[in-house]
Amino acid sequence: MLTVRQLSFNYPNSRPVLKSIDLDFETGNIYGLFGKNGEGKSTLMKIMTGLLFPKSGTSTLHGDNVKKRNAESLQHVFFVPEDFELPSLSIATFEKVQSPFYPKFSKEKFYELIEEFKLYPTNIISKLSFGQKKKVLMAFGLSTNTKVLLLDEPTNGLDIPSKSQFRKVMASAVDEGKCIVISTHQVRDLHSLINHVVILDNASVIFDQPLETVSEGLWFGKASNPDESSILYSESSFGGKTILARNDMEETEVDLELLFNGVLSQPNKINAILKDFHHGPRV
Amino acid sequence: MDFDNGKPIYLQIVDFFYENILMKRWMEDERIPSVREVAMMVEVNPNTAIRAFNHLQDLEVIYNKRGIGYFVSEDGYTKVLDIKRREFMEQMLPDVFKKMTLLNISMDDLKNTYNQQENEKK
Repeated sequence: MLTVRQLSFNYPNSRPVLKSIDLDFETGNIYGLFGKNGEGKSTLMKIMTGLLFPKSGTSTLHGDNVKKRNAESLQHVFFVPEDFELPSLSIATFEKVQSPFYPKFSKEKFYELIEEFKLYPTNIISKLSFGQKKKVLMAFGLSTNTKVLLLDEPTNGLDIPSKSQFRKVMASAVDEGKCIVISTHQVRDLHSLINHVVILDNASVIFDQPLETVSEGLWFGKASNPDESSILYSESSFGGKTILARNDMEETEVDLELLFNGVLSQPNKINAILKDFHHGPRV
Repeated sequence: MDFDNGKPIYLQIVDFFYENILMKRWMEDERIPSVREVAMMVEVNPNTAIRAFNHLQDLEVIYNKRGIGYFVSEDGYTKVLDIKRREFMEQMLPDVFKKMTLLNISMDDLKNTYNQQENEKK
């Protein structure tokens, strides 16, 4: 659905932020896009939504180059950036002005979410707190019913009950044939929702796997007497959490933080193990 | 090697189903929440919830009526009881026995503590 091919980007007079990126995002999935600060996650999202143009390569939506900013394609995409400016309008006016751009917009859903987030249609957006503004934008994004939804650090600024509401809404959104891409550092807020992990490092994709494959191939946890040779990655030498090749062991829950650290330090070892599984990695 | 590990989320959802069936909150031949409802309830990706449903269907604890939804099997309660009893005997007890040996607790000590607790309940 959303396809990125040989995509490269750099800001003026700086080193490349993205180098020859190849990625495929399909419907029915929630992708987690991870990377250290400044590794190009937000840049990639901006390119995928036509806000920035790649230096080379393409990002296409249903075969249509996003760079052309065709209204017919862009009406299927919504992006909630990490930083944003919203006009000083009431929530209701904002909805009236913005919703016509999205043919599948659900007014009912929007006001339902606004109410759930404890906001009122008469609230003037510019007078709200950062977290509340974020809720307005998120409620709007979720109500657009676009096929592709990109969220950059969606839980930043949300209070604890809203994080849970957010997860519920996301859980119900994905089976409607949507493709959701979430970039985040708050792994704990979202780990139960993500079913495919993409990790960027040094301007490249160093990991791109469905969690199903990860849990088939790797074992996460504390191993008391592990066999040194089977350790792929270990947080500390004594009693720390480790990643092992799973082999015949029981399936464990994927520890995303551990996976992230493991992949950053041992990308080749970990990718080599997962390469043998049938889901077909692309890295 | 000994392991202390996190149980996969889908199996935690399976446990949530077992509990509802054992507590008779979900009765036999009664409709249970849909995949989507369960995903929202426990805030997980619906793909994970589907895995739990498939697992329970394979064990014949629940069944699917096309277009209507999922139901607890006719003998669902007995099935779950069997599964959980086996789990207790084969997985929990060996750990308890191991600890008992380590801490030098005899079967009599165990019996006494059990009786004591039962008396307190009364």
